[in-house]
Amino acid sequence: MLRIDCPFCGPRDHTEFSYEGDATVEYPALDASEDEWFEAVFLRDNPRGPHSELWHHIQGCRSFLVVQRDTLTHQITGIRLAHQPTAEALK
Amino acid sequence: MRQRYNALSVLWGGLTGQKHWKQVWGRPEPKPHYDVIIIGGGGHGLATAYYLASEHKIRNVAVLEKGWLGGGNAGRNTTIVRSNYMVPGNTEFYEHSLKLWENLSHELNYNVMFSQRAHVNLVFTPSQRDAMARRYNLMRLNGIDGEYWDQDELRRHAPHLNYENGRFPILGAYVQPRAGTARHDAVNWGFARAATALGVDIIQGCEVTGFIHKAGAVVGVETSKGEILADKIGMAVAGHTSVLAHKAGLGKLPIETHKLQAYVSEPLKPIVDQVIVFGGIGHFYISQSDKGGLVFGGDLDKYNSYAQKGNLPVYENVMAACMQILPCVGRVKLLRQWAGVMDMSMDGSPFITKTDIPGLYLNAGWCYGGFKATPGSGHCFAHTIARDAPHEANAGLTLNRYREGRQIDETGHGPVPKLH
Repeated sequence: MLRIDCPFCGPRDHTEFSYEGDATVEYPALDASEDEWFEAVFLRDNPRGPHSELWHHIQGCRSFLVVQRDTLTHQITGIRLAHQPTAEALK
Repeated sequence: MRQRYNALSVLWGGLTGQKHWKQVWGRPEPKPHYDVIIIGGGGHGLATAYYLASEHKIRNVAVLEKGWLGGGNAGRNTTIVRSNYMVPGNTEFYEHSLKLWENLSHELNYNVMFSQRAHVNLVFTPSQRDAMARRYNLMRLNGIDGEYWDQDELRRHAPHLNYENGRFPILGAYVQPRAGTARHDAVNWGFARAATALGVDIIQGCEVTGFIHKAGAVVGVETSKGEILADKIGMAVAGHTSVLAHKAGLGKLPIETHKLQAYVSEPLKPIVDQVIVFGGIGHFYISQSDKGGLVFGGDLDKYNSYAQKGNLPVYENVMAACMQILPCVGRVKLLRQWAGVMDMSMDGSPFITKTDIPGLYLNAGWCYGGFKATPGSGHCFAHTIARDAPHEANAGLTLNRYREGRQIDETGHGPVPKLH
């Protein structure tokens, strides 16, 4: 079991969350080239080690979190809200 | 010279103190140059080397394995073999593989204990029955065997299932009679023995740490045992494909690495005669090994991971699903539980293909389904490497299909690896 320390809800079991994959992926503009869309939709770094990833607290506050986690050891080293304005307001 | 195994030699060995057994593969040191290097000494890598040597007469081949033979996913799977696929690209490939399975023990002169005991996909709702009817009808149109067992027939074949479950009422099952299980270690050992007999070097404890490039092509590998050059290099390292692809200069691939758990119980007398699958609503599959252990599994852990250990919530889910369809095994003790890491591709289907880098070939993206593909994968990968063109069975399993919008998405889940 992973424990994810949600900024709103506190430490919670990962089963309350839905994993949403690599957080470094940014979707390009709608009129961007097919190559850019292809890369954003299909290609992943898939590192063996530190990974920046999205977790959706679907059975909690429903926030999207950006979690820094090691894919080999599962150690979590950082958690923040994905929505930047809310993260700022919470400071 | 390779020792043939047959009934007479078993009898003779029994009468002479079992002293006739010979070592079937050695511990060769790498030569400076090979015609082909296969990275990865799992089932797929060994099968590739075997078919390169047997079908394409390319015998100056090395298989480089970081750990030991079959120590990765080849030794961690739930041993299910089937070809009940619906979508072009998968259909012809998995049926090709199943046909190779049917003659594999004879071909390798090694008993891989392939048992065509049927793969039984339970259905619980009328809509699920309709969807499965479509799939199995399409299979039949493609020449793959498939049939429907109504509840009466299913009760005759599988009397121990829970037919009184109000929440998950078993209506019947879609069945592939030619599907079944095989002994996973025997498959690796059989391919390793047969490949060695044809001159292939199997080099264990040899980790590939980098690639040697020359004029844009890959011409060799750097390993823990020094540099080794080769005309062609094939990667068959599912689970760790992305790690090696970055080293080779292939860049990002349409893969996430996830882990999948498997479980085996204490040995029982025969109770599960087929491979039984509780799919759609839950996710659970179970068969019984020749030793009597119930071998079963369920969902992925559903987050990127290279850790070959599973977590408890999935464990609990799998046991809960088991209790829904087979409550009679509730008191049975678990003997072992483990996890393997796998390439979850963006459409749930694999690729066996040339790459944009001359001299480099890729076999990856096997998701849950690598074991059943072992002979087909090796056969097609060897063909692709030897002839620089795909076999007709893997012509659809390209890497370009994502860019071209021709994903082979059996479940229709889209580009979300954890859902395939």
